[in-house]
Amino acid sequence: MSDQLIFAIEVILNGLMAGVLYALVALGFVLIYKASGIFNYAQGVMALFAAMTLVGIMNGQVPFAHLINAIFGGHITHFGWNIPALLAIILTMGVMVLLAWAVQQFVMRHLVGQEPIILFMATIGLAYFLEGVADLMWGSEIKTLDVGLPQGLNVWIDDTTYGIFGYGFFIDNLDIVATVIAALLVAALVAFSQYTKQGRAMRAVADDHQAALSVGISLNFIWVLVWSVAGFVALVAGIMWGTKSGVQFSLSLIALKALPVLMLGGFTSIPGAIVGGLIIGVGEKLFEFAIGPMVGGATENWFAYVLALIFLVFRPQGLFGEKIIERV
Amino acid sequence: MLDASEGYTTADGRKIGGVVMEMKNITLRFGGVVAIKDISFDIREGEIRAIIGPNGAGKSSMLNVISGFYVPQEGEVWFHGSRRPAMRPYEVARQGIARTFQNIALFEGMSVLDNVMTGRLNYMKAGLLSQALWRGKAEREETENREAVEKIIDFLEIQHIRKTPVARLPYGLKKRVELARALAAEPKLLLLDEPMAGMNVEEKEDMSRFILDVNDEFGTTIALIEHDMGVVMDLSDRVVVMDYGKKIGDGTPDEVRNNQEVIDAYLGVAHD
Repeated sequence: MSDQLIFAIEVILNGLMAGVLYALVALGFVLIYKASGIFNYAQGVMALFAAMTLVGIMNGQVPFAHLINAIFGGHITHFGWNIPALLAIILTMGVMVLLAWAVQQFVMRHLVGQEPIILFMATIGLAYFLEGVADLMWGSEIKTLDVGLPQGLNVWIDDTTYGIFGYGFFIDNLDIVATVIAALLVAALVAFSQYTKQGRAMRAVADDHQAALSVGISLNFIWVLVWSVAGFVALVAGIMWGTKSGVQFSLSLIALKALPVLMLGGFTSIPGAIVGGLIIGVGEKLFEFAIGPMVGGATENWFAYVLALIFLVFRPQGLFGEKIIERV
Repeated sequence: MLDASEGYTTADGRKIGGVVMEMKNITLRFGGVVAIKDISFDIREGEIRAIIGPNGAGKSSMLNVISGFYVPQEGEVWFHGSRRPAMRPYEVARQGIARTFQNIALFEGMSVLDNVMTGRLNYMKAGLLSQALWRGKAEREETENREAVEKIIDFLEIQHIRKTPVARLPYGLKKRVELARALAAEPKLLLLDEPMAGMNVEEKEDMSRFILDVNDEFGTTIALIEHDMGVVMDLSDRVVVMDYGKKIGDGTPDEVRNNQEVIDAYLGVAHD
């Protein structure tokens, strides 16, 4: 096999792994959009917030320490304990559920029946508010997140591929873990929405509000549930991205990468979010590999958006989205 | 012929029980528009009660008051002997009042079976965790609910479309699926908003038969709104007639048919 082809295969594999992480963020968007018609701009910030909260809880950081110190003149920063990762993840999930409830109670509940653009604006406000709260709560310095996930070169793959091709593939363990976790997450979400009472109610609300009310479903409860599930997905995405590149405010920008993913996959499709993520991941890596050197590199910054634009022109509903047919 | 507390016996010999739902002096306004003006009537156990009237008479508003979609400014709603506080529609549904909609409100993306299953949501009590593990209680519950749903699907003769997504069904069948979903809740009171609107003669006959059968087989108390006079008179035990938000008649189909005010307002010369 030629060297070029072997490189290309490695690039594709790495692209797939990167795509999984994009898909994780995109999933959160799709969930909320399907169930409530809201495009949640704050999804990326929710991932950031979840990651920061997780680090903070694990390190025993005192929330709002700066604020408390400024008011009472103390110098507290830490409780002086460390909490094991699993417990901290559960506690963080609790915080995300609380956040979901607060979002519904104080924001979305008052905007029921408003235009989508107004709901969208509300989530932009929410994004900046949440970013501010995260800063206030946990501070703005870059933190490392280590919940015990394996990282670094996967030696087994390196050895095996070296044995076959005479060239060892570089695949990060973390990416493999991310892929497995993403697969589990999707399976769990599908099982939840297909086979549980709450999942059925969630699908019902997504489909028709009036009908849902008439069979005794509380819209308020379902929306809190949906935001909680989105919070859970954000937490998973936050853990993955945070472990990979440190917990920092630029994490919230990964939400922007989810946009082309959604345009490709369609805003209403869970498989679409996955496939879209993979296509973008592979596409941008391959493009950089093949065309990058000719145009001076750094194509990964814009490739996804150009691809999304092309899709918008030829297939605006995305690969898996529902086609909107207006009857006249 | 009506006894205030004991109920009565219909012409075809069915026993009608006590009052299930009582509307007392209901007034509903939208801004300056009075949709319902000081209306009182009751619905008794086991009967088929119709609300009729010309377009814009306030029939649908009345049904929406009963099902909690509208909250009246004045008046009281009594259900099973106690006064109902202002409730949200889903709370009303959980009390055992199921309904269908004039314009059909189904979950278009789901199969017929899933749609009807949503009618059973309030009978599913198993927690998320036990559902996740799919053990014991949750499994038993699912089986029980499936059985109840299959019975209704059989009863309404929609077995052949069980797995079909609702969006693909013709109008008449959609109406029937909606009825099935409402029935799946085993309601104490079933509200039908124009169950035969937009149907052809054959579909109307089918639907009439199903409504009578439901009432007969399950003893379901039914309140319905309908435009088609012939159908209403054949189906219902007692009829409330509304016009411009006011009640102008209340009684058996025969009584209503001979009520001069009703004839003037609605039936007119067309029926004589």
